[in-house]
Amino acid sequence: MLHGYAPSLLDGAWLTFQVAVFSLVLALVLGLAGASAKLSKLRLVRAPAVAYTTIVRGIPDLVMMLLVFYGGQMLINMATDALEWDYVDVNPFVAGVATLGFIFGAYFTETFRGAFLAVPAGQLEAGAAYGMSRWQIFSHILFPQMLRHALPGLGNNWQVMQKSTALVSIIGLSDITWLADQAGRSTHQPFLFYAVVCAFYLAMTALSSVVFNHLERRYSVGVRRSAA
Amino acid sequence: MIEWSVITDSLPQYASGLWLTAQLTVLSLAAGLMIAIPLSVMRISRKRLVAGPVWVFTYFFRGTPMLVQLLLIYYGLGQFEWVQAQWQAGNTFWLIFREPYGCALVTFTLNTCAYTTEILAGALRTTPHGEIEAAQACGMSRFTMLRRILIPGALRRALPAYSNEAIFMLHGTAIASTVTLMDLTGAARNAYSQHFAPFEAFIFAGLLYLTLTFALVGLFRLAERRYLAHLQPRKAIKGHTA
Repeated sequence: MLHGYAPSLLDGAWLTFQVAVFSLVLALVLGLAGASAKLSKLRLVRAPAVAYTTIVRGIPDLVMMLLVFYGGQMLINMATDALEWDYVDVNPFVAGVATLGFIFGAYFTETFRGAFLAVPAGQLEAGAAYGMSRWQIFSHILFPQMLRHALPGLGNNWQVMQKSTALVSIIGLSDITWLADQAGRSTHQPFLFYAVVCAFYLAMTALSSVVFNHLERRYSVGVRRSAA
Repeated sequence: MIEWSVITDSLPQYASGLWLTAQLTVLSLAAGLMIAIPLSVMRISRKRLVAGPVWVFTYFFRGTPMLVQLLLIYYGLGQFEWVQAQWQAGNTFWLIFREPYGCALVTFTLNTCAYTTEILAGALRTTPHGEIEAAQACGMSRFTMLRRILIPGALRRALPAYSNEAIFMLHGTAIASTVTLMDLTGAARNAYSQHFAPFEAFIFAGLLYLTLTFALVGLFRLAERRYLAHLQPRKAIKGHTA
């Protein structure tokens, strides 16, 4: 099937999936940290978070990725030279995941920030009135309700992020797009192989929207829908 | 530490790259919006045969990476002997797809068109019912109602979401550099490979993109102030308290 390239494309698909999932985890962590920093009362904490979201969301992801990949290599070279170690290559997988996670962390920050603000203050006051500790208020009241408000935004961010994973092919990671490119060149049938890549991404995004619809329903249990 | 010569030597390339990036962004946004207006009307049609094909179009372009779409069009179309025959014959329409510029412009236009269609369709669906009833009571035909009531209202309501799409498009044009075009990112990649100075080359390009982004945000803020004036928080009138 596919001139014998099916297994290799399958490997690429698995790699792309891994890039997407690892970047998602990193972006979620950065997003929660960024949102907390942006909502802080301390200016010293707020300012870097504001700079982070403004700069990252103002620059194309490809430029950022090239900067991290080539710039990271240069920093590592300088460090290994100074320490007189052997030459170390920047792993494109690590560079790709780090860049995607870093970029989408900025978008997740905004999503989480809006969601935290959407939880009514009365809910938190009620928790305090019951004598809950700050951590209990966060884990029992603020976080679960925040998640409901955040889910639609997170779903959108995740959909954009999955498609950005194709960019890792440009820094030489053998993801599905890169492998399809190779296969297309050697068989002279690039259209066929890129179409397969399209089908893969369509399947991944379609599956994601099913999962997110399910999650949204689950986290909206007990919320009355306005009749539309 | 900063090698200024990396930037100054490549300044002409950066300038022409900036121009190409602006060109690709503005042309694809304009063409995409023009096509998206009729498509969004079709998208909200109750007739499956009308809405269905538009749904397939937007689903495909929104569900796949723009990079893969660009590669599919630029490298992929040449696979077909029929297309090659058109190139040989000098067919002006098909010759667009032999040039990286034409391929990039077509890909970007179709991509932004798909997103804009969904944004506008969403805005059309949220038209207040009273407006439609009022238009019908005035005896407007369906076309007049679309032209005078539905589309202008939807364009206004879509403005905040559309400004995000425009910024995504500006950033999306960076992939033009993968099909040999010398846009801003292409200029930066060129400067990098000549001097092996990644920080100077890419950070300078990043700053230029940041400037373009801020300019675009500013333009949309002005547009919102003009077209969404009725939604602005009201200014307190001096000497008047409720």
